[in-house]
Amino acid sequence: MKFGLTAEQTAFAASLHDLLSTTDDWPKLAELGVTALGIPEKHDGLAASPVDLVVAFESLGHHGVPGPWTDTVAVLPALLDDPVLASVASGETRASVVFAPHVPYALDADTADLRVLVDGSRLRTFSPGRELSSVDPSRRLFEVVPGDDLGPALDPAHAFDLGVLATAAQLLGAGNWLLSTAVDYAGQRRQYGREIGKYQAVKHLLADVITALELARPLLYGAAVTLSPTDISAAKVACGDAALLAARTGLQVHGAIGYTAEHPLGRRLLRVRALTTAWGTAAVHRRRVLAAVV
Amino acid sequence: MDLDLSPEVQAFRDEARAWLAAHVPAEPLPSFDTPEGFAAHREWEAELADARWSVVSWPAEYGGRDASLLEWVLFEEEYYAAGAPLRVNQNGIFMLAPTLFSHGTDEQLARILPKMARSEEVWAQAWSEPEAGSDIAALRSTASRVDGGWVLNGQKTWSSRAAYADRAFGLFRSDPDAERHRGLTYLMADLRADGVTVRPIPQLDGEPGFAEIFFDDVFVPDADVIGEPGAGWKVAMTTANNERGLSLRSPGRFLAAADRLTALWSSSGRPEATADRVADAWIGARAYQLYTFGTVTKLAEGGQLGPESSVNKLFWSHLDVELHETALDLLGPDAELRGRWSDGWLFSLAGPIYGGTDQIQRTIVAERLLGLPKGDR
Repeated sequence: MKFGLTAEQTAFAASLHDLLSTTDDWPKLAELGVTALGIPEKHDGLAASPVDLVVAFESLGHHGVPGPWTDTVAVLPALLDDPVLASVASGETRASVVFAPHVPYALDADTADLRVLVDGSRLRTFSPGRELSSVDPSRRLFEVVPGDDLGPALDPAHAFDLGVLATAAQLLGAGNWLLSTAVDYAGQRRQYGREIGKYQAVKHLLADVITALELARPLLYGAAVTLSPTDISAAKVACGDAALLAARTGLQVHGAIGYTAEHPLGRRLLRVRALTTAWGTAAVHRRRVLAAVV
Repeated sequence: MDLDLSPEVQAFRDEARAWLAAHVPAEPLPSFDTPEGFAAHREWEAELADARWSVVSWPAEYGGRDASLLEWVLFEEEYYAAGAPLRVNQNGIFMLAPTLFSHGTDEQLARILPKMARSEEVWAQAWSEPEAGSDIAALRSTASRVDGGWVLNGQKTWSSRAAYADRAFGLFRSDPDAERHRGLTYLMADLRADGVTVRPIPQLDGEPGFAEIFFDDVFVPDADVIGEPGAGWKVAMTTANNERGLSLRSPGRFLAAADRLTALWSSSGRPEATADRVADAWIGARAYQLYTFGTVTKLAEGGQLGPESSVNKLFWSHLDVELHETALDLLGPDAELRGRWSDGWLFSLAGPIYGGTDQIQRTIVAERLLGLPKGDR
């Protein structure tokens, strides 16, 4: 047993982090291989492991990268065995995937090159309907108008699980960004003549956040290793709870400045709120856990 | 990254599972905080030791199996899944023994460990004093130099297992002029020696799970000092990390409790009202198991248990309380009746207090892991 990242995975995470610190441009990320991770070699992909996928999505979540990454990179390759995947791997094609009942709205459906609706064991096309307004302004959601049948889905259950896993990873990454942002602020902001991070009331809030995040991380990576639906659901619940705690605490530590529309803290808080119910609510995933373990 | 077990490790786990299935008492033993329960637990420990399952991670010469940390974690999973008794000598096995392995002499290891493994000697811890709880460095009990050893005076309190134990270990102030963490010496004392008075204190369950210990000119030979005289704080920190960290609360305990909770939920008609909390208990136990596998990997690669052990303790102590409160809520009016779940709940309530309170742990985490500035306590 070696339950830790390999040197290659740590290096991949570091180079992705470096890149995302300067840009979140889709083609640049494609150059690094992010779009090819889950795609088989016969379609010019990297056939990377789900652990690699989680490493990438944790970093995307940390940097708050917008766009249909979950749909395109995590989910689509498990739905299709089709040459179109080569253009996904190269970064030319972006997908929007709808997965009733837990993923009812289509993300970035108007700009997606490929629109796929999973209808039980079959795939259909869809066209974007009315645009909806997400609590997270960076998530552009659309109602779905079903279209033609596209044939059988490759492995819809696995595709859904990969969407859940990628979402959990983004939540963990976002949670860690929120924590480090709040810790930095608490070390600088002074009130009553001292840094607010010197007060135990603030310290203890932040200690609870790192505890929640540190115990969510092994569930996430454990789920990427076992790919058991129970572990994947457990990871989604724990990463969502930890990220929400990080968001609420981060806002509290920042005070009013964090509540402003332009502050990155508030924007990340909204992302976390949106992802917490995306790809299955916590209630849905707790039920999946119970159904499996009772 | 993997969670695979080698054939050797699997064989070890299977052997443990088979032995436990054949030997774990069918009926739970009485509480080890009663005279008859204490005796029954001593017998169980001897049976474990005879089959070399008492201290699997120790070297074979002291009664162990040279098991790896991973094997120890898996053994503990099997142990608690089998419903085996709590370890009456856990203070000795999981707190004193690691300290001896780090700082003890060969003579001390040979003299103390085999008897500990069989619970021929059961150990109590003697840390807290009336004026030194969380602020353990404020302790006042003294060790005065005499020919061939030390003379102890003072009072310890909240000493777990001291009511019936044979010996105790703890810190004593050996240099009265030194401040706080300096001038402390780590000593082991015989609880039946002249000058020792043990006054048992009933806990919430009515049984004397801890006691006060009064030392009145109690002689301790030099052979019972661990590490250098005056260096007791550094020596004790080894023990503290073990209590907060991996050793005292292995994931197996919570995995077994979560399994019992899901079974209880199922047999109670799967009520909607507690469904989320039951799921969270299972998720928490699984998280702690996987977190521990991560720690095992890190230690196997040469890493250290640092302030992360405070994260560890904060997590399991809360998981334990939540899990038991969920079970009691499931039991409805019957939760009020004394039984396994209410006893477990009482036991869990001590978790956020002993071994460093939640508040101490959060401050450690905030300052040492998050790097927040030190402030007033």
